Amino acid sequence: MACRLCEVACITEHSKSKDTLKAYKKENPAPLSRTLVEEIFPGLSVSVMCRHCSDAPCIEACFTSAMHRKPDGRVIVNEPKCVGCWMCIMACPFGVIKRNQYTSPLSPPLEGGEVGGVKVKLSSKCDLCPDRSIPACVEACPNKAMVYEDRG
Amino acid sequence: MAKKENMKYLIIGNSAAAIGAVEAIRRNDKGSPVTIISDEPHHVYSRPLISYLLAGYVTKNKMFYRDENFYRDNNVETVFNKKVTGIDTKKKQAILDDKKRINYDRLLIATGGTPFIPPIKGKERKNVYAFTKWSDAAEIIKISTSPIPSLQKRGVRRKAVVVGAGMIGLKAIEGLNAIGIDVTVVELAPEVLSRALDKDASRIVQRKMEEAGVEVITNNEVIEITGKGNVANGVVLRDKKKIKCDLVIIAIGVIPNTGFLKGSGIKINRGIVVDEKMETNVKRVYAGGDVAEALNMLTNEKMPIPIWPLAYRQGEIAGDRMSGGSLVYKGGFPMNSIEFPGAPTISIGIIDPRGEGYESLIKNDSVNGNYKRIIIKNERLVGAILVGADVDRAGILTGLIKEQTPVTSFKDKLLDRNFGFVHMSREHRREKLEKPI
Repeated sequence: MACRLCEVACITEHSKSKDTLKAYKKENPAPLSRTLVEEIFPGLSVSVMCRHCSDAPCIEACFTSAMHRKPDGRVIVNEPKCVGCWMCIMACPFGVIKRNQYTSPLSPPLEGGEVGGVKVKLSSKCDLCPDRSIPACVEACPNKAMVYEDRG
Repeated sequence: MAKKENMKYLIIGNSAAAIGAVEAIRRNDKGSPVTIISDEPHHVYSRPLISYLLAGYVTKNKMFYRDENFYRDNNVETVFNKKVTGIDTKKKQAILDDKKRINYDRLLIATGGTPFIPPIKGKERKNVYAFTKWSDAAEIIKISTSPIPSLQKRGVRRKAVVVGAGMIGLKAIEGLNAIGIDVTVVELAPEVLSRALDKDASRIVQRKMEEAGVEVITNNEVIEITGKGNVANGVVLRDKKKIKCDLVIIAIGVIPNTGFLKGSGIKINRGIVVDEKMETNVKRVYAGGDVAEALNMLTNEKMPIPIWPLAYRQGEIAGDRMSGGSLVYKGGFPMNSIEFPGAPTISIGIIDPRGEGYESLIKNDSVNGNYKRIIIKNERLVGAILVGADVDRAGILTGLIKEQTPVTSFKDKLLDRNFGFVHMSREHRREKLEKPI
């Protein structure tokens, strides 16, 4: 039904404040949704997100090893290693990795010694909400169009 | 499955294909010794990151492709700083530059590419570099940050000439530009990135380069590198134009690094010819990565496709086969993602269609730096060129190319920036989005 509540929930979950209003209005960098609602108006919509493929083309394509698989099976971006080359975006057959680009506000040096105020280029993708038992998008879906199953 | 005790695995090379092989071997065979030989001194690092190192975007500690315990955890012995000068396939030995021989039961040749240096007069002068290895970047950084007597005057910037505006050249230029070195690039073709893009897409990238202060000279070539003493101080172009510079980077391209295999009996065409097991014509000798010539599934010909994702996969398949597995290489196709700041580009598959039966759909929004071209043959997607915001969701197109799905029913939507699963048939969408993978 194209309510996009999954996107709202995803943005909120991946914000610093975990507050929807602050996430949308105040935070810099603005958190991105890692799920994406495709829509033909009216009548047809589908929420597409990372499938954490068992044979993941994004991992194979990543030359920094930022894109990697956790022992629990999740495919995750190790952000300090990501250089924003977009190889994973080229490789992902679901088109669910996003370019995340912002100028980082002046802040304490990041890991590795970079200082704040620099242009950041990162790939952003679904991390299956590691702090939750059920991903935020699934919980937010009023139509139960999204389900969370452990397929091993 | 082969008996595994005392199986000696030997890998020549230490990059994507080598690591893919080690990881596959260790899935099948935990115990047998694996040896990696490299002519470099480094723990496995990512060669594509050298331009980021030059630019200062990454620090040395982020150059590595696997963590510092990788070799130990995978029980890999490393032989660094040694060149292999030959393979004795009868005795099953690799011969090193110090005459030492290393035995193998299964050999993987993953020696990558070597820069192609044309016979330019003066190419052996100091401060003339290729740009494919960590040591290239390190030396360029060193001379870029050390004072040059003739440039002591405040405000004089160092100057580089880059020969070749292909992918390696472009990344070198980005790195040099980022650290304040003036750059002129000289390209033989009429456009930059001529092997990855088409004319209209190239023009967008060239404009971004020029806006960043890079002088772009096309349809021309460097015929001589001049010097003061032994040190490069300029170049002479075909049209006699002279350009002063402090360093020259030759970035024309790479060719498979096969020179040491002369007389080995291993079949080489453009690269080392391999089958679907990544095995060469010599049994128990495998090849993978930029050195190999494997199947291009779109043209159905074997050719080297020197890209990271295929290097890893080919190495993985070779490693699996070497250790008794049954993985099959189904072929690959070229794809590249390269960004000059402000102009991201992705090109996939066949991008310069020649011959009958191709159809191109084009959306050219060059004013805003966006471009999308879709190339179709027999109602199937075979290629795409994307620039600017159109790179988003590029992988959906890669997927359609890989699977050779007929696109007839949604052809008119392919140029939309919002093109996605919602435009495909219900069956195809459900197949893709609901089935376990």
